[in-house]
Amino acid sequence: MNIIISNSSDKPIYEQIAEQIKNLIINGELKEGELMPSIRSLAKELQISVITTKRAYEELERSGYIVSVQGKGSYVSAQNKELLKEARLRIIEEKLAEAVSAAQVINMSLKELIEILEVLYEDTK
Amino acid sequence: MIMEPILEIRGLRKEFKDFGLKGIDLKLDRGYIMGFIGPNGAGKSTTIRLIMNLLKKDGGEIKIFGKDHVKYEQEIKNKIGFVFDENHFYEELTVSEMKWIVAPFYRTWDEAAFNKYIRKFELPLKKKIKELSKGMKMKFSLAIALSHNAELLIMDEPTSGLDPLIRSELLDILSDVIQDENKAVFFSTHITSDLDKIADFVTLIHNGEIILSMAKDDILNNYRIVKGGKEILNSDIRKIFVGIKENQFGFEALVKDKNQVKSRLGDKIHIEKPTLEDIMLYHTRRAQNA
Repeated sequence: MNIIISNSSDKPIYEQIAEQIKNLIINGELKEGELMPSIRSLAKELQISVITTKRAYEELERSGYIVSVQGKGSYVSAQNKELLKEARLRIIEEKLAEAVSAAQVINMSLKELIEILEVLYEDTK
Repeated sequence: MIMEPILEIRGLRKEFKDFGLKGIDLKLDRGYIMGFIGPNGAGKSTTIRLIMNLLKKDGGEIKIFGKDHVKYEQEIKNKIGFVFDENHFYEELTVSEMKWIVAPFYRTWDEAAFNKYIRKFELPLKKKIKELSKGMKMKFSLAIALSHNAELLIMDEPTSGLDPLIRSELLDILSDVIQDENKAVFFSTHITSDLDKIADFVTLIHNGEIILSMAKDDILNNYRIVKGGKEILNSDIRKIFVGIKENQFGFEALVKDKNQVKSRLGDKIHIEKPTLEDIMLYHTRRAQNA
């Protein structure tokens, strides 16, 4: 799992971390029930304050993405399937919107665009 | 988990001829690293010597592990790992001989831990203390400090005179120490860049007074450096700056709360995150707000 922090961003570091972990959970890279790194080891690895990682985890817990068990650690919570699906749908819509704009730039027809989609689905089977 | 602060100072006073600590308050909980910053002569070393009872205080209260630092001095010092800038080792002795002298002072000396650190820091056991470089001396102090199950590490300018590589190694070691949430580190320095990353809390002292003591994140998330042209300066605007630097081509100032400037001055200025060095300089420079 990759977490990359920007020191020059105006966004507080704890927010950057929470957001990146949220995305990892939405994308399925972090699975339900998976054990998260401890706040201290995460702080050590990223060379930041443990207060920062604590805040990030608190934010994630508040939004229901992880669950902390006293004495054991934090786990990716059983995700509300509907919410996750919606989040994924939004991402797909965004990406398709990009493809549509790109297609329109070269005046590609909807039919041609659908053909490309079909080929791509075939390829990944 | 023990809930009381590992170090607690209230109303600490000490008077010298030209200088004094004027009532210091600070608190550090277990599991955290606190950076104690301030310019030279601000009172950092004095405060630390008072904590360790190497100097007698004139007033106030100091509690370590919840106990009075004088009344329970022996018991407390067993559990404190202390690293000084000047070392107090006998220069003619070898590393190994020095260890044999120091170890018996600690009830909970851990020989295995000491050997582990000797190997890790590559300290030559047979070399005389006087032959060690400054960095090696500091590492030796640290090896001793970490080899008797100390719960609190107190360090007085441990990195001054050391190159960035060694300073970075020290910070890694401190990160490791703090993986144990029962331990804490109190670390004075005027090299604030060391603390930009690793500190959880920062206390700034100047002229014997605490100027601020808060979570490092809160400082860096809220204070901002503001840069712009001098034409936008007026007495109202100047009031919101902690400090200001003007030059021929514009000004640079520190604000405590980024929201104070975003709405008011918005696109007329450039806003940046400060470093701890900026925080220290703006609070301690002689030329204040005009």
